[in-house]
Amino acid sequence: MSRLLTLLFGRLPIGWLQLSHNRGRLLAAVSGVAFANLLVFMQLGIMGALNGSTVAPYALLNTDIILSSQEGNTLTDSEHIARVHMFQALGVSGVANATPLYIGDLPFTLDDGTSVALLTFGVDATQTGFVTSAVAASLDRLTIENTVLLDEDTRGMPAPVLESLSSGASYSFEAMGETLTAIGTMKVGGGFLADGMLVTSDQTFLRVFPTRDSGAPDHILLRIDDGVSADTVATRLRAALPSASVRVQTTQDAKSADLAFMSSERPTGIIFGFGVFMGILVGLVIVYQVLSTDVADHLREYATFKAMGYGQSFFLGIVFEEAIVLAVFGFIPGFFVSMGLYAGLVAVTGLPVSMEASRAILVFLGTLAACTLSGGIATRRLASADPADLF
Amino acid sequence: MTDSPIEVRGLNHFFGTGEARKQAIFDINLSIARGSLTILMGPSGSGKTTLLTLIGALREIQDGSVVLLDHELHGAPEADLVALRRRLGFIFQAHNLHESLTATQNVLMGLEVHGKGNAAKQRAASHHMLDLLGLADRREYVPANLSGGQKQRVAVARALVSNPEIVLADEPTAALDKASGHTVVEMLKSLGKTRGTTTVMVTHDPRILQMADRIITLEDGRIVTDKSQ
Repeated sequence: MSRLLTLLFGRLPIGWLQLSHNRGRLLAAVSGVAFANLLVFMQLGIMGALNGSTVAPYALLNTDIILSSQEGNTLTDSEHIARVHMFQALGVSGVANATPLYIGDLPFTLDDGTSVALLTFGVDATQTGFVTSAVAASLDRLTIENTVLLDEDTRGMPAPVLESLSSGASYSFEAMGETLTAIGTMKVGGGFLADGMLVTSDQTFLRVFPTRDSGAPDHILLRIDDGVSADTVATRLRAALPSASVRVQTTQDAKSADLAFMSSERPTGIIFGFGVFMGILVGLVIVYQVLSTDVADHLREYATFKAMGYGQSFFLGIVFEEAIVLAVFGFIPGFFVSMGLYAGLVAVTGLPVSMEASRAILVFLGTLAACTLSGGIATRRLASADPADLF
Repeated sequence: MTDSPIEVRGLNHFFGTGEARKQAIFDINLSIARGSLTILMGPSGSGKTTLLTLIGALREIQDGSVVLLDHELHGAPEADLVALRRRLGFIFQAHNLHESLTATQNVLMGLEVHGKGNAAKQRAASHHMLDLLGLADRREYVPANLSGGQKQRVAVARALVSNPEIVLADEPTAALDKASGHTVVEMLKSLGKTRGTTTVMVTHDPRILQMADRIITLEDGRIVTDKSQ
């Protein structure tokens, strides 16, 4: 290692030699950096879970443009929109097809007393083009009264029930005074809003939610003609529909708007955002402490080098070398422990907590920057001092 | 090249500020001849080490003038001081070796300060210097595994390996036995003759006084005697 680095730098790898000389101190420094990484990863993971669960229901849909009420907030936190707008939209050039989407929260109690809340999508069972292919395959079976597709990642559902469902059996349960029969599954997972999802036909939906009116769905889903951009059609729709009551969004824009709303308008989002901020702040302080302690520990030796005629850039070189070593060695355990804790969180909460490559890269680069910056600040003391005062 | 690589004029130095401000060096005037071996003597607290560090560009000059190798140190920018330090070999009172580096690596630091070079050649030069000081079998030892005298000799090797024009030494023989101490001083003397290396050494060691060309005694920050021999 040392020989390799000597070749690489064209000088002795003082930083590396210094760190590897004292294993105990190295372990402490690496643990510090790893812990800082862990803190940030956990906060980002929870933040990511919120974002993930916000957009997860979109995964069931296959739509280009969504019409919603201006009063609504997000896909699942919506107000009703008049179905008449669907027919108006169909008259707009570029719109190929349209369907209403009904959304409701379905609470029910399992035999063992567990309460489960399912986010329920009511869709036109004859319109296979508006749902993902996995759901579309079972859609015709939903035309049978009171049949539903159940989320196989539903939090609180007994595993045997979900397993038997996946293998083709059906499962009946009572909810809102109706007997519903799950005839298949799809996979979305629980989030901050519900324990899982349910897909059913609009007819069944209206039976289960008798206060809902077929003329007032939550959203109107639109497919556009091939070769037309969604933005162009959206612009035409905005011109054709009353802007005071109808919000026209491409699916991509709707997702972004939902994320923005959940992270800035809802207390959970603000709290988690604050958590990320605190995590980064505490992480920075830890990393700075590690690097500045290291510089302080070697001040005498650096002073000797300074007396020998080494300049400030040499010391920055040493400290940057240490910063890189600590950032890399700290990141590895930090990353793997975080993965373990993510898995634990998923098991306990069913939230979509997962490690994204972009997040890992970002945290690593952040660690590198924090280490380098801290080291740079810590060596400033050396720059201003007379070598003779430091011995 | 000048005949007097060290010229000190009207040098005063103070420690502390305000009420606690105390003068450590009083109006020193000194001219050191090229290739000579000068010894600074005096009781502890007389300002020997302070004077040595002022000459060695390790302390900011507050008042007076030190011209080192034709460069005025008073008010010199940091870059000039760094460049000048590279032309000196400083042997510190405490050996000040880097704990994480082996004897060879410590000596190499004395060469690498001059920039990238042929690594194999630098290594060979470092080994040669250690061998001359009787440390051939201690090349790969870290300081923690060396005796006080061995560490001091590594420090000497580090200071001399780059053929400095001036060697400034603070009690270089204190931790050495008679024979090693003699070797080190002989080495400095012969460098003076062959290469014109100028040495200024702070010492209490009576064993090496007769080897000096000049002995200067300080008391309370002032020169009290100055004998050439």
